[in-house]
Amino acid sequence: MNELLTPAVFAIQSRYNGQVSEFRDEVTLLVPAEKIIAATTTLRDEFDFDMLSAETAVDYCPQTTPRFHMVYIFYSTKTHQYITFRAPLNGDNPSIATMETVYPNANWREREIWDLMGIRFEGHSDLRRLLLPPNWEGHPLRKDYPLGYEEVQYTFNFDDIDLRKPKGVR
Amino acid sequence: MREIQEFTLDELKHLFTPQAITGETMVLNMGPQHPSTHGVLRLILELDGEIVLNCVPDIGYLHTGIEKNMEAKTYQKAEVLTDRMDYMYTMGNNLVYCLAVEKLTELKSPARADAIRVILLELSRLQSHLLWIGTSALDLGAMSVFLYAMREREMILDIFELVSGQRMMTTYIRPGGLWRDVPAEFNDAVKQIVDIFPKRIDTYEALLTKNPLFMDRTKGIGKIDTKTALAWDVTGPTLRATGMAHDIRKANPYCGYEQYDFEIPTQTTGDIYGRYKVRVEEMRQSVRIVEQALNKLPFGPVRDNNPKFVPPPRSEIGVSMEALIHHFKLWTEGFTPPVGSVYSTIESPRGEMGLFLESDGSPKPYRVHYRTPSVPLLQIMPILSKGCFVADLIGIIGSIDIVLGDTDR
Amino acid sequence: MGLEQKLGNTGVVTTTLENAVNWSRTNSMWPMLFGLACCAIEMMAAQAANYDMSRFGMELMRASPRQSDLMIVAGRVSQKMAPVLRNLYDQMPDPKWVIAMGDCAACGGVYNNYAVLQGVDEIVPVDIYVAGCPPRPEGLINGVVALHNKIKSERFAKWK
Repeated sequence: MNELLTPAVFAIQSRYNGQVSEFRDEVTLLVPAEKIIAATTTLRDEFDFDMLSAETAVDYCPQTTPRFHMVYIFYSTKTHQYITFRAPLNGDNPSIATMETVYPNANWREREIWDLMGIRFEGHSDLRRLLLPPNWEGHPLRKDYPLGYEEVQYTFNFDDIDLRKPKGVR
Repeated sequence: MREIQEFTLDELKHLFTPQAITGETMVLNMGPQHPSTHGVLRLILELDGEIVLNCVPDIGYLHTGIEKNMEAKTYQKAEVLTDRMDYMYTMGNNLVYCLAVEKLTELKSPARADAIRVILLELSRLQSHLLWIGTSALDLGAMSVFLYAMREREMILDIFELVSGQRMMTTYIRPGGLWRDVPAEFNDAVKQIVDIFPKRIDTYEALLTKNPLFMDRTKGIGKIDTKTALAWDVTGPTLRATGMAHDIRKANPYCGYEQYDFEIPTQTTGDIYGRYKVRVEEMRQSVRIVEQALNKLPFGPVRDNNPKFVPPPRSEIGVSMEALIHHFKLWTEGFTPPVGSVYSTIESPRGEMGLFLESDGSPKPYRVHYRTPSVPLLQIMPILSKGCFVADLIGIIGSIDIVLGDTDR
Repeated sequence: MGLEQKLGNTGVVTTTLENAVNWSRTNSMWPMLFGLACCAIEMMAAQAANYDMSRFGMELMRASPRQSDLMIVAGRVSQKMAPVLRNLYDQMPDPKWVIAMGDCAACGGVYNNYAVLQGVDEIVPVDIYVAGCPPRPEGLINGVVALHNKIKSERFAKWK
């Protein structure tokens, strides 16, 4: 581990019960979901991690505890280091506190996660769908959502599939 | 086909002033089909006469489902989709993906591949900035810059076509190196660009930098300071125009950028004119980097020789049974990296472009997330445009250089 | 034969009404300035000095659908954009034509997924498909010329 990261990692580990793991020189801290806001506030104020570089979520679908991992990647413009936080979330309708209060740019990133992953953010100021139309059903990036291939037409089922296809008005 | 789902004012009332509900101010829709929004961007504006009070961007009109689609393809095949995301910096999309895969599989790209990557990346940056200078000047009424910029852009696209056979969607940079070595004409073609480009950049500057019409429409408009920019995660020329010299190429070098001598141009004004100056200076620095990389272009292989991850050369397949088996396995089943997640970043012409890649040990990526620079840039539109005129809004959209394929993915 | 001899060399050309109208339609066709994605960049390149689409009477891109005759669907059409695109098509005055530029507009291209419309012909009638990802500017110009040839052979009514 880079010595520039050690104090921050040690502080989060001891104060917020974080579990450290390292892969390819990248440090990841697994922080309980209810402590994530306090942990990030510490990271920003005491250790100069001034940018929330990326925020996303991963779906481990058949598994339910935890089903989702929230992934936060922070960057410090002083030490040029990245650090990753992960917060596990259980169940099919998970929710977590919004990061907007600590890093304002989380606003759209969380809207995107709500849109595509269906994770609800408590206290978010504007939780609407970001990318998909407002009347869309489902959250496409979840593993149980189909990719939505167009069916391939062969000679034996050409007419059946043709009937189901949307056609332009001519 | 779905019906157009309109927002009601009630749904958006937390984003507007109370006067919008009573009708004292006007709510105006701009886009998604608008000549100056650089793609299919929609802005919902609240106007008091000519003055923008609030601006609510509505994106997603180019949402392509790339992240989901990549999960359904093997690592090699998924790379093809990344090209079409930020379509002005296609080489960079490939590179950030390849860097992540290389980190995951511990592949190492050889020195020659790195140098060619740097040349092509800087040419990509040049062509992105050229298109930017053309279209954003066109939005502000300067027509001829567009024609000059497109003329020079063709020269760069010819080089891309020379090395890869495609003008824009090259997929030339592959995990572990490059698709193949560059042809013999490559050096001369790049040399020609290095020779003529500084003079051509002078031409654009002669048309714009001291042009009073251009200065009136850009100076002091769309201002942002460093603190706000950092809080909203703004990177790239928009951040550098506020006075902060932050560049991933210097801060976390990749592809051997630390060997090249270049400067990070900055301005302190933070307005449209500052961003323009930063980008023009960046073009000069890019030419410098290309020149240095070309002068010390090493010889050697252009691909890692680990046959479990990198396909064997075409010439070996006919004579070596091993190579044939590896080729067959790689293109039917794909390779299996270890379980884990990585994050890689590069400096795109718009800012920090990152890729979060998670592997579950199967030949397909488990989760891919692109951290694109255009999202934060578009997110600060309400801050940049508050209190400006509608006509200046066009200049602001042009100056932050968003690519809608990049925001919507 | 008869009329030309009488007119002599006064500079009058006779033709059919169809030919005259189709000629004027092809040589002053106004495309709509409507870029969606990557192909829009190549469409701009086709407009610029190197390829110069104005050789075919198409230099005047109109931003308003009500002033344009040709919609060049340049890029992938998402499910969110599809109703907007149909709306724009409905606003164009007759006669109107559509070019599906690029693989994504023609058939969905590499994006066979939930978000992208599998070919713009699902919502608007397409006259010419231009292949390529993205097509070269020459490819687009070839498509435009093919459209011109198609228009030149159009007939106003079915003669009995």
